[in-house]
Amino acid sequence: MSIEYEPVIGLEIHVQLKTRTRMFCGCELSFGEPPNTRTCPVCLGLPGALPVANARAIHFALMIGLALGSEIAERSIFHRKNYFYPDLPKGYQISQYDEPLCRGGELAGVRLHRVHLEEDAAKLIHVGESGRIHGSEQSIVDFNRGGTPLVEIVTEPELSSPEQAREWLTLLRGTLRSLGVSDVNMEEGSLRADANVSLRPHGTQELGTKTELKNMNSFRFLERGVAAEIERQRAILDGGGEIDQETLHFEPSTGAITSLRSKEEAQDYRYFPEPDLVPIAITVEMLAAAQAAIGELPSARAERYELELGLGGDAARLLAFRAELGEYFEATVAAAGIDHAQQVANWLAQLVGRIGDADPGATNVTPAALAQLVLLVAARDVNAGAAREVLDALVAEGGDPREIVSTRGLGSLTADDGGLAEIVAAAIAADPDAAAKIRSGNEKAIGALIGPVMRETRGRADGAEVTRLIREQLEL
Amino acid sequence: MTPAALELTASQAAAAISRGELDPLELFELYRERAATDRLGAFTWVADVAPQPSGGPLGGVPLAVKDLFCTAGVPSQAGSRILEGYCPPYTATVVERLAAAGAPLLAKTNQDEFAMGSSNENSAFGPVRNPWDRTRVPGGSSGGSAAAVAAGLAPWAIGTDTGGSIRQPAALCGIVGLKPTYGACSRYGMIAFASSLDQAGPLTRDVSDAALLLSQMVGARDPRDSTSLDFPEPITLPRRTDLQGVRLGVPSELSGDGIEPGVLGAFQATLELARQLGASVEPCALPHAPDALAAYYVLAPAECSSNLARFDGVRFGYRAPDAADLTTMYTRTRHDGFGTEVKRRIMLGTYALSSGYYDAYYGRAQRVRTKIADDFASAFARFDFVVMPTAPGVAFELGAKTADPLAMYLNDFCTVPASLAGIPAMSIPNGLASPPGGGTPLPVGFQLAGPAFSENRMLEVAFALEQALGFDGSAVRE
Repeated sequence: MSIEYEPVIGLEIHVQLKTRTRMFCGCELSFGEPPNTRTCPVCLGLPGALPVANARAIHFALMIGLALGSEIAERSIFHRKNYFYPDLPKGYQISQYDEPLCRGGELAGVRLHRVHLEEDAAKLIHVGESGRIHGSEQSIVDFNRGGTPLVEIVTEPELSSPEQAREWLTLLRGTLRSLGVSDVNMEEGSLRADANVSLRPHGTQELGTKTELKNMNSFRFLERGVAAEIERQRAILDGGGEIDQETLHFEPSTGAITSLRSKEEAQDYRYFPEPDLVPIAITVEMLAAAQAAIGELPSARAERYELELGLGGDAARLLAFRAELGEYFEATVAAAGIDHAQQVANWLAQLVGRIGDADPGATNVTPAALAQLVLLVAARDVNAGAAREVLDALVAEGGDPREIVSTRGLGSLTADDGGLAEIVAAAIAADPDAAAKIRSGNEKAIGALIGPVMRETRGRADGAEVTRLIREQLEL
Repeated sequence: MTPAALELTASQAAAAISRGELDPLELFELYRERAATDRLGAFTWVADVAPQPSGGPLGGVPLAVKDLFCTAGVPSQAGSRILEGYCPPYTATVVERLAAAGAPLLAKTNQDEFAMGSSNENSAFGPVRNPWDRTRVPGGSSGGSAAAVAAGLAPWAIGTDTGGSIRQPAALCGIVGLKPTYGACSRYGMIAFASSLDQAGPLTRDVSDAALLLSQMVGARDPRDSTSLDFPEPITLPRRTDLQGVRLGVPSELSGDGIEPGVLGAFQATLELARQLGASVEPCALPHAPDALAAYYVLAPAECSSNLARFDGVRFGYRAPDAADLTTMYTRTRHDGFGTEVKRRIMLGTYALSSGYYDAYYGRAQRVRTKIADDFASAFARFDFVVMPTAPGVAFELGAKTADPLAMYLNDFCTVPASLAGIPAMSIPNGLASPPGGGTPLPVGFQLAGPAFSENRMLEVAFALEQALGFDGSAVRE
């Protein structure tokens, strides 16, 4: 009799801020320049160089903290996190420890532990088959990335499934994107997530031993990685084993999870207050400036979609928390008319089903075209089935829905539109049993006649019109 | 035969240049030649050619600079093998400001490795010798700067002071050394020992030179150093010859036990002289001062253990050859590249910051530091300056304390309290005293410590004392 386990997941998210210059020096942020061309004595950690905190990065971090409802410290200090690694030129990372900029907060029901500022490490490239520093033929360092401002956001362990983790991270990305503080691109590394995963017997409160899973550089990999780790832990527990507290590496290409280091190998970072920097005093003016810079947040946007446009809660959140969907949605509603907002949401969901995580604004389907399609359906000029075909065509080639309807002959058939009455009559003739059942009051049997009509008309018939004709011809 | 120009103090030379009586290029060349004959081990690098004169308030009087200041294209090795041959791509703010004000770089001076030491015996480039007695140490860690100025190999110099590294060698070499208020001088480009304590300052033949040099080191805060501060007023040249109304406090904790009799004798005589000049001299209490040394030897090593992590063989300086893997490369590089004292302090600091020990060591030492700052604040409510000997003894013989780190650390007993409090302090020569076992009399230093940004008033008091003391160090100038 095996125990039912429930996963407990917490996320630790690193967000590269979109400031002009680095966290502690005046070098501009790098986007693919040749290696080591954007460096200075400070970000190279040369002897005698000193850091100076970037006021813009502090401003962005305050915006994030305020947007997430965190408590903002009046005074915050930087700490040094000491460890040796070739991508860490000073031998320590300037980060925050027990006096972070922001504590607490909440997003979509998941509470936050803290939000703090730190600097990114440089980029290491390992030459050779191992792909890691151990066993590489040589390792080369590109300091262009070193010192990029990072905000670290840590959740409480309150997520309960890989799907929820992915969904929540999507919401967080939407929030950060709407703040304009980061590119929040997981593939490019401007948004990175590590997951803490543990299992506990279903219904219990005490947390089990957790592992930290790294290297999930897409939303899909996050979901897959966490799911794989849950399964790995479940198998160990089911076999009577114990979970080791360790840091793990998820390899997306194989799905394999390997150990990076165990608890015994965990480093003592010897945190102490960074003596080269003075404490950050958060003034009322700084808070006001950060507050003023925050536009409509996804949560407020979702509420507006619900209250003003009448969308359901799930649809509203889906659109609001992916900023690009929200923008596309609003453009389409503007073209179709506010009365059609619900239908626009439905058809946008159809479009998302076809394009996945891609930005709809970057596809062949313009908001104007989608709006036109919505209006064609609303006017019953095309039925739902035909409209889906039009959408397929739009996704594939773009174009004008009305033209697609006319060139492909996808327009709705109506009673006047010669032939539909005859097709209905033929269907009744072909299935006298169904006709009899309908006559005797079995309304459900009408479906048995609609099906053949739709097949015959290749879906172009309007369902309501077909029902009306069947009843008319059966003299009901 | 000494050319007359070399007998001038730096201020006198600057004045002579501005009057057109002295050619700065000629002066530079004279000093360059003399520096090249250095037999004290004071220099690690001497300029080949004189730079074009830039004018400015310092007139073109050449400057010796402690090795740990970064100077673009010029070896800046901090006395360490791990930086042997290292030429940085940029120049420290203080050196840049002084060059712009008319003090061109003459030479880099020897020092204890990464400023860790009180005898200048911890340099990878050999010890520095005291010009008063070449069998004795010049003090440290700015020993090269102090010896060069005392011996007349350089008109003036800058050094750094973390726990006494300007004041103590100044005392042992019979010159003036001033540690400014923490934050007054930019630390940008100073190879760090302990960030919360390190300060640049002048080492000069007399108090006027110290004021003139300091006047160009402080000023507007450096935007590249977050901890630097605007100096609230310009530094002016001191003129005062009396001490009427000046209240001097004498902390019994730092002027009794553990001080050599000769040093105490000179100290008492100077206090009497101060009274004659009109000062009031009263006992004052710094009850936590005796704990300063212990707190300092936790805090400074803690910071250095982190500051010196960047010397890892990856980007610059020495890298151990043929290491098979990263850990071996790190270990061998740091094992071979650092000297014994530096490694000792890295170990001490690493331990003090370790999880489980942090609060007992680092946390506690920080609390002591606060108490010491409070002690000084209380003292300055009643006194203008606190005065005490600079060093507990005169210059000791080379090798006398190298085997006993604790005996060596005691040299900082009188200088460390002001360092921890972040307040300005300076040492002026106040006479000669024989070492405990007898022998040739050697210089003694008299130390003044004042409230933050009291440098101008402190220089005035020091000037008045200097005039009355009439100390003459010319005998050891070459």
